[in-house]
Amino acid sequence: MKNGKKILIVDDEMSVRNSLREWFLEDGFAVETAEDGNAALQRMHSGPYDIVIIDLKMPGMDGITLERRIREIDKDAAIIILTAFASVETAVEALKLGAFDYVTKPVDPDELSNTVRNALKQRQLEAENTRLKAKVSELTLPSPIIGDSSRMRRVLDMISTVAGTDANVVIRGESGTGKELIARAIHSQSERRFFPIVAVNCGSIPETLLESELFGHEKGAFTGAQYRRKGKIELAHGGTLFLDEIGDIPTKMQVDLLRVLETRRFHRLGGNQEITSDFRLVCATNRDLEALIEEGSFREDLYYRINVFVIDLPPLRDRPEDIPALTRHFIEKYAHAMGKPVKEISPEVEALLVSYAWPGNVRELENAVERAMVIGREPSVQPEDLPVPLARSDAEPEGSTLAAIERRHIERVLRAEQGNITRAAAALGIDRGTLYNKLRRYDIERT
Amino acid sequence: MVTRIELGFLNGYAPSWAERIVEGSALVLGYPVAAVELEMELPRYYSADRGQYNATLILAGLLRYHSDPESKIVGITRVDLFIPVLTFVFGQAQLDGPGALVSTHRLRNEYYGLPRDRERLVERTIKEVVHEAGHSFGLVHCQDYSCVMHAATYVEDVDLKSSRFCASCESQLQKDAIRPRETV
Repeated sequence: MKNGKKILIVDDEMSVRNSLREWFLEDGFAVETAEDGNAALQRMHSGPYDIVIIDLKMPGMDGITLERRIREIDKDAAIIILTAFASVETAVEALKLGAFDYVTKPVDPDELSNTVRNALKQRQLEAENTRLKAKVSELTLPSPIIGDSSRMRRVLDMISTVAGTDANVVIRGESGTGKELIARAIHSQSERRFFPIVAVNCGSIPETLLESELFGHEKGAFTGAQYRRKGKIELAHGGTLFLDEIGDIPTKMQVDLLRVLETRRFHRLGGNQEITSDFRLVCATNRDLEALIEEGSFREDLYYRINVFVIDLPPLRDRPEDIPALTRHFIEKYAHAMGKPVKEISPEVEALLVSYAWPGNVRELENAVERAMVIGREPSVQPEDLPVPLARSDAEPEGSTLAAIERRHIERVLRAEQGNITRAAAALGIDRGTLYNKLRRYDIERT
Repeated sequence: MVTRIELGFLNGYAPSWAERIVEGSALVLGYPVAAVELEMELPRYYSADRGQYNATLILAGLLRYHSDPESKIVGITRVDLFIPVLTFVFGQAQLDGPGALVSTHRLRNEYYGLPRDRERLVERTIKEVVHEAGHSFGLVHCQDYSCVMHAATYVEDVDLKSSRFCASCESQLQKDAIRPRETV
């Protein structure tokens, strides 16, 4: 039975071409031959080959040059070099260029069969590896980061910049802004993406358990430790360790963590064996770490160790132009999950969503959309489908200061006037100079 | 349509067990097989550099004896065969062509420094004749270790396989050759 594989034989000697052709035909290959480099390149252009067997010494273009030219056309073909003039130098050169193997004429039939068989096996494994890597990338792809505002574009640029490095990253932002999503985006764009990203929420785990959670423990290390357990640091080997709410980590643990970050070595609780873990650290916090240092609850040396690259995530109220796109994204997400049709957003609802301050940020928006998808009966989202504070047209976040209210009002008017300062100042009843001063003071962008 | 196979014993090679090869290969191939004596100028195909005979050239010469399109010819010789790129071959065939060639040189135990074993030689020769004839009927190497069409690069491989076609090769033969076979 034909094996469906294609071989190209390149040799200037007709007797060699013909005998190899006969040999491989009997093995079930589809065989084509070429008498020199130029003819071989023409054939390479007209179709891919699984294996190319090249004679090293040929008049005109020699085997090494041909191998180099073939690699420009097809980097995946398994190349086997055939020569009567074996030498270590040429063999090494051929292999450096990516030849699978090197055989000397006349070759033992068994050696030739094995070389070809192994080349096919390797090619198959490489193809499988490529397929699996693509699959892993697809499966581990984090949720998309939605947002075309200038501040989010800046964040996306920073992710691209830092992802390819091994630098420690701190992501700062209010609760619900999507810090873990950013951490996963950094991981998925890094060289470590084929290894795990291991997330630990330092704020949600009691201090007594956090140490074991991070470092793992040996059997009998403490009451209840019935089995050896690997910690998150060990599990993150090769990948990324994401420590959320790093500002909440207890002081004693900060010392231990600093030591691990400096040496990448640690012991499991109750263990004597030193364990090495090669991980990239990404931290997130919604707290002001500098203030924590001031008050003595966060170590300055740990701060400088983790604070190599900082990404500030803007709160949702500072990027209201992203709200419609985020809303549509969540509507599609929940429509798909619930098996419901995708709903429209009426202009009235969109205005409500955009004007709301979203103290819970994107998480709160997602919850609001999920609620609307659950209870809404109309083909489009209605104001009554939204949570109560949102549905009120005068919705304002509770506990706002006068300055915050003024800022939001200016933003709203600016949006309504499409960023036109003269019209916005007239609507606000102030002159343009005063408006400019307020824009500077509140760091408001005109877009 | 092929109706018979000729076994051409080359240049006075007339082993006492020739008739057993005829019977054994006929039994598996299912065609009438007849032994013929052929004289060729073998020295023309000798390579002094290698101390072996060029199988490709001998096969081309053998085909000059083939004129009946309803027959296939399989030459049998005792000289050691090579093709230019390989150190040796047990035989050679034209895939889906009229002829094939088999050498008993490396099928003999004595070649490997072992005591002579006539039965083993007969068995190996039948397998190689059937194998090369199979190629001439268009069969390629088979993955089934017990099938006679399994590739053999060492004599041990020849011993491991049987002299029969596996079911898949057998059905391929039936489909492609449409031959007047007798049940094996």
